Amino acid sequence: MARISIEVDGVGYSDDVEPRTLLVHYLREQVGKTGTVVGCDTSNCGACTVHLDGASVKSCTVLAVQADGHEVTTIEGLATGGELHPMQQAFHENHALQCGYCTPGMIMQSIDLLHDNPDPTEQEVRDGLEGNLCRCTGYQNIVKAVLAAAAATPTHSDAAAGTGRSGGTA
Amino acid sequence: MIPAAFDYTAPESVADAITALGSDSEEIKVLAGGQSLIPVLRLRLAAPTLLVDIGRIEELSGITEEADTIVIGAMTTHADVAESDLVREHAGLLAKAAQTVADPQVRHRGTLGGALVHADPAGDLPAPILVLDAELVIAGADGERTVAAADFFEDMFTTAVGENEILTKIRVPKHTGWGAHYEKFTRVAQQWSIIAVAVTVQVDGGVISQAKVGLVNMGSTPTRASAVEQALVGQPATGDAAKHAASAAADGTSPPTDTNGDAAYRRHLATVLTGRAVRAAVGG
Amino acid sequence: MTVTEDRPTTEVGSSRLRKEDQRLITGRTRWTDNITLPGMLHLAMVRSPVAHAKITSIDVDAAKASPGVVAVFTGADINDEQGSLPCAWPITEDQLAPPHPSIAVETVNFAGEIVACIVARTAVAAKDAVELVDVEYDDLPVVLDMAAAAEGGDLTHPDLGTNVSATWVFDSAEAETGGNVEQAISEAEVLIERTFRQQRLIPAFMEPRSVVCDPTGEQTTVWSATQIPHILRLMLALTCEISESKLRVIAPDVGGGFGGKLQVTPEEVVTLVVSRRLARPCKYTETRSESLLAGHHGRDQIQKLTLAAKQDGTVTGLKVELLADMGAYLGLVTSGIPILGAFMYNSIYKFPSYRFVCKNVFTNKNWTDAYRGAGRPEATFAIERLMDELAAEIGVDPIDIREKNWIKHEEFPFSTVAGLEYDSGNYEAATAKAKELFGYDALRAEQRQRRDAGDQVQLGIGISTFTEMCGLAPSRVLGALSYAAGGWEHASIRMLPSGKVEVITGSSGHGQGHETAWSQIAADRLGMPFDDIEILHGDTQVSPRGLDTYGSRSLTVGGMAVVAAADKVIEKAKPIAAHLLEADADDLEFSAGRFNVKGTDSSVGLTDVSLAVFAAHNLPDGIEPSIDAEATFDPANFSFPHGTHLCAVEVDTETGETKIRDYTCVDDIGKVVNPLIVEGQVHGGLVQGIAQALFEEAVYDDAGTLVTGSFVDYLVPSAADIPHFTTGRTESPSTTNALGVKGVGEAGTIASTPAVVNAVVDAVRHLGIDDIEMPCSPHRVWTALQTASSGADTPRDKTMVDDNADPSHNAQVSDGSGAEGFTGQGGLG
Repeated sequence: MARISIEVDGVGYSDDVEPRTLLVHYLREQVGKTGTVVGCDTSNCGACTVHLDGASVKSCTVLAVQADGHEVTTIEGLATGGELHPMQQAFHENHALQCGYCTPGMIMQSIDLLHDNPDPTEQEVRDGLEGNLCRCTGYQNIVKAVLAAAAATPTHSDAAAGTGRSGGTA
Repeated sequence: MIPAAFDYTAPESVADAITALGSDSEEIKVLAGGQSLIPVLRLRLAAPTLLVDIGRIEELSGITEEADTIVIGAMTTHADVAESDLVREHAGLLAKAAQTVADPQVRHRGTLGGALVHADPAGDLPAPILVLDAELVIAGADGERTVAAADFFEDMFTTAVGENEILTKIRVPKHTGWGAHYEKFTRVAQQWSIIAVAVTVQVDGGVISQAKVGLVNMGSTPTRASAVEQALVGQPATGDAAKHAASAAADGTSPPTDTNGDAAYRRHLATVLTGRAVRAAVGG
Repeated sequence: MTVTEDRPTTEVGSSRLRKEDQRLITGRTRWTDNITLPGMLHLAMVRSPVAHAKITSIDVDAAKASPGVVAVFTGADINDEQGSLPCAWPITEDQLAPPHPSIAVETVNFAGEIVACIVARTAVAAKDAVELVDVEYDDLPVVLDMAAAAEGGDLTHPDLGTNVSATWVFDSAEAETGGNVEQAISEAEVLIERTFRQQRLIPAFMEPRSVVCDPTGEQTTVWSATQIPHILRLMLALTCEISESKLRVIAPDVGGGFGGKLQVTPEEVVTLVVSRRLARPCKYTETRSESLLAGHHGRDQIQKLTLAAKQDGTVTGLKVELLADMGAYLGLVTSGIPILGAFMYNSIYKFPSYRFVCKNVFTNKNWTDAYRGAGRPEATFAIERLMDELAAEIGVDPIDIREKNWIKHEEFPFSTVAGLEYDSGNYEAATAKAKELFGYDALRAEQRQRRDAGDQVQLGIGISTFTEMCGLAPSRVLGALSYAAGGWEHASIRMLPSGKVEVITGSSGHGQGHETAWSQIAADRLGMPFDDIEILHGDTQVSPRGLDTYGSRSLTVGGMAVVAAADKVIEKAKPIAAHLLEADADDLEFSAGRFNVKGTDSSVGLTDVSLAVFAAHNLPDGIEPSIDAEATFDPANFSFPHGTHLCAVEVDTETGETKIRDYTCVDDIGKVVNPLIVEGQVHGGLVQGIAQALFEEAVYDDAGTLVTGSFVDYLVPSAADIPHFTTGRTESPSTTNALGVKGVGEAGTIASTPAVVNAVVDAVRHLGIDDIEMPCSPHRVWTALQTASSGADTPRDKTMVDDNADPSHNAQVSDGSGAEGFTGQGGLG
């Protein structure tokens, strides 16, 4: 057993874990964050995506011990004060989910995507979601939701010139 | 799926890591970013008894500049390599290849050193490292040694890094001003390369003065398409010249056959995609 | 009469945002694997690595001694309780089927079959012990090739004496629904013969299957990631010989199914049996690898097709000779899947003669069963590919050849050669709209230019005009097809005293948006606010009657049950309202949630009646104090949505790579309850169909080992691999239900596969190619190009032409004449 201390969705936890415990299993079984789910065993589907120190990772491909001393944000930590995160709201308004199993990972990755590229093109959104599989939606409304969330969030380029798309590949 | 049980240690210095590797645990594996290793452990295709996590050794991360060389710590992530201004300016091929590895989440965790030591024949980073004539710095109980990329990749999943050693940094000679292109051929975006071609060229006055071409998944290790490189030098930086030179791209290769294509198809792809990659590299 | 503003009457047809989203976007979802119970044990399965063998010994001692392990069960240990997994669809009286134990007892018949079950205090401890079970196998011959298996040779199940489970025939001459197809073939001026392969697919729902059984109450409660809680309850009771009343099945939030969770699984039976043996709650959750290996597969058919036509393009007959790979066992509806396609090969066309012969064959592979579309995608693929081939053969635009043969809108209702009655449709309208949205003529012009220029990247245009039978199904029809159950659906409505409404449905949604759509239907029907309606489902204790969700049936059958139950509520409320209003019931009209006395402003709300019956202080004499109602709806006929899908694909002739450039579809699914949900269903369906055309294939090696055993090799496309879709609708309301709805769950999947493959073939037809096997991988496309340019025949059967036919229409188009003739006219089409 190893002792780890992790901040999850703003709350600190200290727990004993087996070194082999995956971060996703730690979150689900020890912290009770069952909003983050497991969809595969090869790091392909992205359903387990969380933010580790602000960057998206697949929590099935991180050991809990690797996250010792770090901060994790899950789908359950996004809404604050009863207000949905703009990306959650965009997924709802654009019917970007059906069964909802991929949705936590999809939303977490979409937030990361806009963090890196606040004003993406449709293709950039699609490419930025290449590590997240959805079997229900055909992706069209997910892409639409991410673009809507981008449009709803003021960016530097919008503020500076209002020229719409700027070189977003940076 | 959950990995089989193992012991774990996370040393905070290279020296401590080397010591840990020298312990008497039955099967020791180094954990870098874990993006290849952890799935392997989950599927229980490997069951080490001790994992030495080198993720907490600060000196192993970061990108610096030394005269004619870019020095990349082995634990630098793909995302950091891809986004580094230094790498983009002086080793554009590596930045471009790093940007194609798996998906954004994996690029946040996966490391250059981890990918090189894993040495998957379909991996995206060994070929650029080979092509850029990088040097790999390996630390062991007896101190550091440096291995040329050409001598580093020994076989499928096998490198010059010994059992009690770790790769610490990658020294990439500056290729400032060289054009570069990484042409990756897959059926779906996050797939491993069916094949890929890594090209970097120097063009002087419309003529190719130096050319370096590497192939991914055309054998058990990344390979240099030497015949293509030679054929390109002195040629005008045009599509026709590229296509002509690329016809020799598959010479001497022994590509695999799998559900995505047979060896003959891969050889054909190598010639077509090499031509395209060179064309793109001279154009950019 | 005034309508209260908070009682909208136009819910149906509006793009209501989904009420089920809130928990899904915040991570408050209840998946089966989230459930933990006091004292719960965890199961892990030991699975056979070999495809066909006798089990000679199983040593579980080491596993039993492993830390945390509570028990280990082999097939022999539970054989008195596990029964045989059910097949509910004996398609013929003499259908052959082997016993289907949940844990193999004497032999294993496919790689992945369960041979033992570990029960431990933690999931980790259970998995650790899996490797400690030592099973010895004595190999038996492995049967993998369904065509060879159908002819004899090694047997999958030696006790059956044959690999053929059943042979099922429909012949229009015998059924007196049309003429004799052999005669049509012998008299044909043009014959198109093709053999198509429907590759094996894996449903690949995102939520791996999971089951929790709690035997500690008076009823054993089973939570399962299933599409079919009601059917599962009955089948578990019958299989394990447990009183049905002692079982409660709950499908909590379920993460997709696509037919893959329309099953009674070995894992469900084992978890149930083991939990009862040990008197402890037990959970089993599969890994993705197990899901791909052992969750049932789909498709896997070989279609030998003969289309007879006149020189002018009029089709005179279609003969279908089908081989369907069952895999090693018959699952719940395995044997019926090809039969669901039997009625759809004639699609939207007026074929005068038709014959369908299907042989169901056993092999040593995982068993096949329902996968989105189930039989109908295969049929649609076959006929839509054939129509393109016929168009190329006689040199006309592929849309023209369809128009020549399809049922015209004024000809509905139309009795088809397969014996169905199509109630409504307008193929002309959908096609015209699709062509306009797509820019068909401009794309044809661009295609001509690229061909003329010999571009490295060629453009192909694929057409798919499809129909499907939805709303499975009229119970009498299912009975005639020997299906063991009916096809009705049930709903009940509870009118709560506070004015709120609970609608209980037997449909069991798993992502379709039932909670929103059913609320819209009930809101309109009862004149109640959308937000005051709660939809309850997926729990046999809450929703005691139901036949669950599959086959695009929920709205057309389950939605109609809600309508019928709502109407009963109003009927029951009416005499009470009359009593409260001191009026004659005959003088009341119901509108926008209120009973009004005609010609007055005197009215009472339905919710007032709810409260009145709750109090029951002041009711007419002899009236039951309840306006709750239930209804079971059994449709008289299927519904027949249709649509026209157009796909433009670019093919890189140097690499064989394909790229969808444009995809436009216009679907006619009748009346629409929620356009937002409908569009989402279409998008998702399209991607699954496209994935069959281009990406996905379950591959076994020569030893019968699944090669595509993870998402590394089983290529489910991501957003980066999929284009933007242009969707449109036309509307011919169904005449077989009061809502006028037809069903949409499978439309996209059924239509898109042939549209894409037709486009790929069309892009390279002028180079001498007339078929490419699915998935049309770059390697396969490139190989076809190599073969064609070397002058060899394409690998398919040569197209045969009657000796008397015009030799200029010989079907070998490698000389380019057929293709040239066609493209020359394309712009006029």
